[in-house]
Amino acid sequence: MADMTSTDERAAAHDLLPPPGPIRLIDADGVRLDGTAHPLPPLDVLVRLHRRMVTGRRFDRQSAALTRQGRLAVYPSSLGQEACQVGAVLAMDEADWLFPTYRDCVALVARGLDPVEALTLLRGDWHCGYDPYLHRVAPQCTPLATAALHAVGLADAARRRGDELAVLAFLGDGATSEGDAHEALNFAAVYRAPVVFFVQNNQWAISVPLSRQTKAPTLAHKAVGYGMPGVQVDGNDAAAVHAVVAHALHAARAGAGPALVEAVTYRMDPHTNADDAGRYRDEAEVAEWRRRDPIARLERYLRTAGALDDAALHAVEEAAEREAAELRARMAQEPRVEPADLFAHVLARPSAQLRGQAALLAEELAAEGGAPAGPQEAR
Amino acid sequence: MSANGPTMAQALTAALRDSLRADPSVLVYGEDVGPLGGVFRITDGLTAEFGEERCFDTPLAEAGIVGTAIGHAMYGLRPVVEMQFDAFAYPAFEQITSHLAKTRNRTRGRIALPVVVRVPYGGGIGGVEHHSDSSEVYYTHTPGLRVVTPGTPADAYRLLRAAIACDDPVIFLEPKRRYWSAGEPGSVPGAASGESPPAPQPEELDRAEVRRSGTDVTLIAYGPTLATALEAAEAAEEEGWSAEVVDLRTLAPFDDATVTASVRRTGRAVVVHEAAAFCGYGAEVAARITESCFHWLEAPVLRVGGFDIPYPPPKLEHHHLPGVDRVLDAVARLQWDAPVPAASGGRGRS
Repeated sequence: MADMTSTDERAAAHDLLPPPGPIRLIDADGVRLDGTAHPLPPLDVLVRLHRRMVTGRRFDRQSAALTRQGRLAVYPSSLGQEACQVGAVLAMDEADWLFPTYRDCVALVARGLDPVEALTLLRGDWHCGYDPYLHRVAPQCTPLATAALHAVGLADAARRRGDELAVLAFLGDGATSEGDAHEALNFAAVYRAPVVFFVQNNQWAISVPLSRQTKAPTLAHKAVGYGMPGVQVDGNDAAAVHAVVAHALHAARAGAGPALVEAVTYRMDPHTNADDAGRYRDEAEVAEWRRRDPIARLERYLRTAGALDDAALHAVEEAAEREAAELRARMAQEPRVEPADLFAHVLARPSAQLRGQAALLAEELAAEGGAPAGPQEAR
Repeated sequence: MSANGPTMAQALTAALRDSLRADPSVLVYGEDVGPLGGVFRITDGLTAEFGEERCFDTPLAEAGIVGTAIGHAMYGLRPVVEMQFDAFAYPAFEQITSHLAKTRNRTRGRIALPVVVRVPYGGGIGGVEHHSDSSEVYYTHTPGLRVVTPGTPADAYRLLRAAIACDDPVIFLEPKRRYWSAGEPGSVPGAASGESPPAPQPEELDRAEVRRSGTDVTLIAYGPTLATALEAAEAAEEEGWSAEVVDLRTLAPFDDATVTASVRRTGRAVVVHEAAAFCGYGAEVAARITESCFHWLEAPVLRVGGFDIPYPPPKLEHHHLPGVDRVLDAVARLQWDAPVPAASGGRGRS
């Protein structure tokens, strides 16, 4: 027999449809807009958003430079997406969980991770450098949309245990084409899991534009088909991102179920340092988005509001510079990698075969005259 | 093997029930596993006893099932998920190989994923296409997974209890054509007596077992072919060969010690499985035996497997599945006419 209750619980499509146009609280000229759906976050939050975006961008530029110096194997830049990553992360509670993608290093440091640990994956000394339970940040990894299902599972587990928390699952525009994105959205809605899908639509999936990914009116519209609300936000307006994500996370924690937020933004850099964006997009398009810079926009508003002056800005930039210098110095040291670690975490109890292979590698190292290695420092 | 005790299906149900009783963090879910009890009825009665919060139906999407299980496990739950059939598990392949298997390693052991993926596998039930695959090597070739397959009802209970208690992800392959084979009376705790013993020690998942002692040849089998190998050993006895039968039980990790000891005793080995022999599990077993037993071997290690063909339609599958005759033919090809060292005790067929 069909479960009539669940049919009755389904929301009407018009309640789930995204409002027209991206939600924006501060326009590209830094002017506060009237009659917005969400109140502007308090001034101290806006000041914090600005500061974290400035330090985040400096971290991002430093990381890109470290790649050119050979200190990182690769770096997917967050340039232009600072309002998305900082705005969304600062909207989280401490108990909430973040599921980042590989392009979210600025989100990681905004969440409080040690920047060196955040870059361990890209430096190549291990696949994940941080303890996911410490800041409630799932490991970054490269497959697209697969972690969205992990996010739904974790959110559902918290719901089952009666813990009041929400999960913020990051996706990119390209990832919304993956089957796992579909399954994650569907499971989340069916389970009424406290998860907010945060899609940074930066217009490009490596070289493929959004028009080649979807014919949906917007990515936010996809939510309706799953029975959850979708909303589009100006991804270069940190105030709007913060307000919209905070609202969705709060609703999820309160038992309202999942939501999808599409943040409209732009990937200012090539896909990674190994990419050549000149082969597929016009510089004019990049220049147009440069005029919508998220940091400049909030800076203008804060100056108008009297919350930022030259001296304060200088202090923020100096702090960002100090952090970058510290990162540079720490990354200049060659990380110590321990060959024996290759076998340490494959299974909870190493098999006889793994023990044998560890011994073989140890013999090879001894034959090469290498000193027996001690335990790794960042365990 | 012909006994009137509980069936393998009943043993698996008992193991799930006892695990749900023993540990409140255990969840059972998948497609049709709730009120229906699963298409093979392995989860029969669990929703009634433990409620929909502990045993429930999911949307019909295998990557979603395994992907959400990873998230559940990250938060401290112990999901036991069912893939409805072997070939229907393939949509979950990326979640299994790229995430379930690797997350412990990726995070230096900080995230453990105690997830059991139950997969009814293999042929012999007259299933139409995509219902009969032997998919074991896809999983055994993936570091970070334990791959387990019971051959008897008693082992079905013990191994599934151990798998659920294990902190590693386990691919639990259930030989579906043996679901209704009965074991010895009293061989499965709980099924008849109502007792629920604690979960077996984790070492249970590292061991092969000698199911039948013999002196001339070792037949190595697992899951669905254990019964075939035991039957072949009986038939071989009539032909004058004393066959030992090793049940691998855990395909990954592989119990080199038990297999090596047996083959060094007998000097000959035949690996029997349903899967296509080319790059099949038997190839690994044969290679390992060659490495560990070369000077004890009287003949090349032979593989008896399915043909290298897509799984056949029901009316042709009996030609594909290795039966007793194909095993006996392999035994007969083990160079019995060659000069045999007196000490080996090997006997040839005329």
